[in-house]
Amino acid sequence: MTSMKYAAYSSLLLLGLLTLSIMSGVNEYFFFAGFVVLQFVVLATAWNILGGYAGYVNFGVPAFIAVGAYTAVVLFKSISAPLLVQIVGGGILAGALGLGVGLLTLKLRGIFFSIATVAVVFILETLVNNWRYVGGATGLQLTRPADLWFFDSYVRMLFFVMAVLAVFSVTVARYVQDSFLGRGLRAVRDSEEAAECSGVPTLKIKLIACTISGALMGIAGAPMPMYLSYIEPLSTFNLSYSIYALGMPIIGGTSHWIGPVIGALLLATLQQIVTVTVSNELNVLIVGVLLVLFVVIAPEGILGLVKKWKQSSK
Amino acid sequence: MFSVDLIFEAVLFGILLGCFYAAVSLGLSVAFGLLDVPYVAHPALLILGSYFTYALCQTGIDPILCGLLLMPVFYLIGIAFYRFYYETFEKRSTDTGVRGLAFFFGMAFIIEVCLILVFGVDQRTVSASYIGSSLEIGDYRLPYRMLVAFVIALSLTFVMTIYFSKTFNGRAIKAVGQDEGALRLMGANPVKIKQLAFGIATAVNGLAGAMLIIVGPVEPAMDRIYIGRTFCVVVLAGLGSMSGTLVAGLVLGIAESIVMMTLGPSWAPAVSFGLLLLMLGARPQGLFGR
Repeated sequence: MTSMKYAAYSSLLLLGLLTLSIMSGVNEYFFFAGFVVLQFVVLATAWNILGGYAGYVNFGVPAFIAVGAYTAVVLFKSISAPLLVQIVGGGILAGALGLGVGLLTLKLRGIFFSIATVAVVFILETLVNNWRYVGGATGLQLTRPADLWFFDSYVRMLFFVMAVLAVFSVTVARYVQDSFLGRGLRAVRDSEEAAECSGVPTLKIKLIACTISGALMGIAGAPMPMYLSYIEPLSTFNLSYSIYALGMPIIGGTSHWIGPVIGALLLATLQQIVTVTVSNELNVLIVGVLLVLFVVIAPEGILGLVKKWKQSSK
Repeated sequence: MFSVDLIFEAVLFGILLGCFYAAVSLGLSVAFGLLDVPYVAHPALLILGSYFTYALCQTGIDPILCGLLLMPVFYLIGIAFYRFYYETFEKRSTDTGVRGLAFFFGMAFIIEVCLILVFGVDQRTVSASYIGSSLEIGDYRLPYRMLVAFVIALSLTFVMTIYFSKTFNGRAIKAVGQDEGALRLMGANPVKIKQLAFGIATAVNGLAGAMLIIVGPVEPAMDRIYIGRTFCVVVLAGLGSMSGTLVAGLVLGIAESIVMMTLGPSWAPAVSFGLLLLMLGARPQGLFGR
């Protein structure tokens, strides 16, 4: 797809979603559930920039989400910053966290980076648990501001904001994939030593990817407190986010930017249905089992399966 | 506020706790430290061991005996895990990093959710004559359950150290960690040796799981915090060192115990993960690594 075509399609998509969110008659629940699905599109896309292209597995997704969310809370509580400022602030701090974790561990083997990201989750959770200003372990109730722009309800507005963020993340991922950065990251994944010897500045591009990936997870987390009008550490720092953000790209296919989008749309929609009808535990089980199955049987994900099917039908 | 007595008690408790942490990390020290397999499902299997102990205990068997009975079962689980890992990832050796990690991470979550679906999210405990009472020496009180865990942990570490330095198979496992090709040239089958090592690493989790539920109540999501504790001990020890594991466990146990006493229990989870990050940043080869 050329850049022109991509720009046309994505603006058409956004325009369609905008019309949908200002139309009356659509059930509110659609926006409530749609927000979560789109949030997972952002998360899966963000994870894939480092995990899929470079092969460094981030287990600490909730840490980045929480940095976004708690930055938003602090900005809102202290200077009652508007939503956009909250999102930008959350993105910047989560990006900084990505850079920090990267500087500490991206020189080491992949597994150490993965374990370090788990460590960041628990360290930040402990800090927030003991931080009174943002409500500590009990959490904090937030009152949504009355400003709705031109939407009928706050949830509709957040849905559209998340749609914009999703398109933005995918655009970033698409740019990264086609730029020198993406080529370098793929070289790192295939063989780090060979890449280094061929003059790829491996550490530098890994750090850039880790920062971008972290920042995108941060912007996905920033609207969360307003969405729930409540924030609390136990659910914000839930490691289940990691299995989702890792499972969706791997199930969709990690080699192309469309893979995480497919995985996130399919699985998150399925989850919304399962959560309503059955239970939350089953949600984790479905993603876990699918993840293991795909990793073992179809490591190229749905994209790989489609490619194979196309080749055999020719 | 912090009297010498209080600090002494914290250190004493830390030593007991530390030996326990060393024992629950032994399996990971073999699987990750020696064999270089990203075994992030290790803590989940530990909790599985605790729940099996809980289920067995309902028939009236002593929890320690349960743990011993579980060891052969876990040995077989470990063998199955390695066989599968070898056939699907190691043998083809393409992109093992991401796929191996994703596989074991997925397995950890599957185990956790299955435990929730079968046993529920409530905390579970076992009962035995040594759980609930304390040994009193002067002013100090040492819970018997900690002492029991301490004795098991020490003997387990001792047996493992002897096994890896004195027996043929133990030495072969150490050798396979250093140079697989060389082992093959010596006429030993590296895959068989690794399979054995993985079996042992997982078997230890049977007994360690029993210890975990003796020391305190267990819930399915507890594996998450033990990712930090076990990996912290293994990295601190320097990958694959058995005696180093004991020292690293002690360092973590004492640090956690002192933090709990001075700052309060809500800070405890950050200790293991903080030490781990510190170690990765400053000295990733561990305290005793070269």
